[in-house]
Amino acid sequence: MRLPLPALLLAGIAVAFFALPLVGLLWRAPWSNAWVYLTDDTALTALRLSLVTSLCATALSIVFGVPLAWLLARVDFPGRGAVRALCLLSMVLPPVVGGVALFFALGRRGVVGQYLDDWFGVTLPFTTAGVVVAQTFVAMPFLVITVEAALRQLDPRLEEASRTLGASRWYTFRRVTLPAIRPALVAGAVLAWARAFGEFGATITFAGNFPGTTQTMPLAVFLSLETNPEEAIVLALVMIAVSFTVLAGLRDRWFGAATQPAGVAS
Amino acid sequence: MTLDARIGLRLGALDLDVELHAEAGEVVALLGPNGAGKSTVLRCLAGLAPVDSGRISIDGVVVDDPADDVFVEPEDRPTGFVFQDYVLFDHLSVLENVAYGVRARGAGRGRARQSANEWLERFDLADHARRRPGALSGGEAQRVALARALATNPRLLLLDEPLAALDAGTRATVRRDLRRHLETFDGMRVVVTHDPVDAHALADRVVVLETGRVVQAGTLAEVTSHPRTRYVADLVGVNLIVGVVLDGVLTTPTGARVVIADAADGSTLATIRPHSVLLTRGDSVASSVRNTWPGTIVDIDRLGERVRLAIDGRLPLTAEITAAALDDLALRAGDRVHASVKATDIEVAPA
Repeated sequence: MRLPLPALLLAGIAVAFFALPLVGLLWRAPWSNAWVYLTDDTALTALRLSLVTSLCATALSIVFGVPLAWLLARVDFPGRGAVRALCLLSMVLPPVVGGVALFFALGRRGVVGQYLDDWFGVTLPFTTAGVVVAQTFVAMPFLVITVEAALRQLDPRLEEASRTLGASRWYTFRRVTLPAIRPALVAGAVLAWARAFGEFGATITFAGNFPGTTQTMPLAVFLSLETNPEEAIVLALVMIAVSFTVLAGLRDRWFGAATQPAGVAS
Repeated sequence: MTLDARIGLRLGALDLDVELHAEAGEVVALLGPNGAGKSTVLRCLAGLAPVDSGRISIDGVVVDDPADDVFVEPEDRPTGFVFQDYVLFDHLSVLENVAYGVRARGAGRGRARQSANEWLERFDLADHARRRPGALSGGEAQRVALARALATNPRLLLLDEPLAALDAGTRATVRRDLRRHLETFDGMRVVVTHDPVDAHALADRVVVLETGRVVQAGTLAEVTSHPRTRYVADLVGVNLIVGVVLDGVLTTPTGARVVIADAADGSTLATIRPHSVLLTRGDSVASSVRNTWPGTIVDIDRLGERVRLAIDGRLPLTAEITAAALDDLALRAGDRVHASVKATDIEVAPA
């Protein structure tokens, strides 16, 4: 399909708007020293920590987010709108605010945190686990919102057909519901992962900035801006490369299929 | 083996209060206009909607009785459900669709596949085993849905408008196949339809539903000849004539000859609306009407301003005339009349 000229022009400007900062980074990149920065201990540690924590956060988002999306999509309970707003709040909240709130809730003297500390000896702030909690807090809504939309579009009779064939609710969920919403689940998981991977504000507020335990890539980029801008650029480019590879690997059909009514037979 | 159901349910505008019975081997058609609650009755029987009041028992086992706090989940009921437009699992192959129920009930993959293959064989679907449901024709999809439901060995098979999703061209063929396949199943069957031709082809007995209530029940012949409401009279109360067509003339098993406008040779189902039947008194008539049959009035049924007359003869017919015409002709039970129908007023479908 051919777009009308004005739309094409505006779309072109939008693409340029996203491409220019990248060009800026590439322009200023210290190519001759890049390898030194890349193999630098700080960079590698931060990258590994970022990958591990963001994948953990994605896994947690799936484990808790899919049932949450199911609840929001399928169960009609009073106050559902309020519950949904609450669960999606961290998408629009400034991450620093989220981090502060997490601190007062789960910190050593926090509402829940003091019992975690007293009873189980678990301390979340300033630990790698704290990073995962902060990332999950901001990332899970992206998965919930995507999966809930897919569940709403799913023909409920598919699940009913499964039940009449002798399948329990759980079997139905695994064999009918999950395959039908798989495109949305993949898209939601990737969005959540991308959000977790780039998380900065909540992490630095709640988990601090300790190399090796809580200093993720975005934190490392921010700090090296002060001390060594050249290193910051290289680290930023690494982050961009990783994220771009994943998002580009998300084939169009995952996004397309996630917005189609999935799984309706002929 | 019986089905005994009394279903009371309020659902939005629908206020359902229906009694339904079926014996082993029996096919009951639920007929009614849109919104009458036909599909909801099926959903209650399958356990997809719990009843508010009443009781459902299948083979003597109570599956739903709110007063006794009994509710058996759909997966634990001996019911099979064929949905309108079939609702096949698009992410599974045809074989996996049919194997699904057996697998879900705990059988191993091998046994489930073997049983599914047997069902596909029986339903002439063996060639489609590896295909996706999306690639099937309407008739094939319906056979897959039926095989999928029957593969779990239900005692009660529920079919929701099984022919509604098909275009007119394939409908007759699929209807014939469906009847053939349903005949091989010895459990109870409840078919929801709004087409009396389907009811005639598939069912032994009809139950007519209007706005959540049973307005009439009985054999199709009984309901046709004595409709109790306007809806039954207009939609269900048609003359259904089965016979064989040769050169534009349909001959019934009783030897009556019916001239019809355009029909292919072969086994045919003709429908004549009662208000298309003209009645004349006496023995001989001369008119342009091709179809004229002598008969005797055996029954007169008044339905407001209209009157239904049952006419017995070589071709038993139901005619509908106005009360004024009845008075003018001074017709009474036992009178000899001639019934005539224009060939173009007869609708035909291959049977």
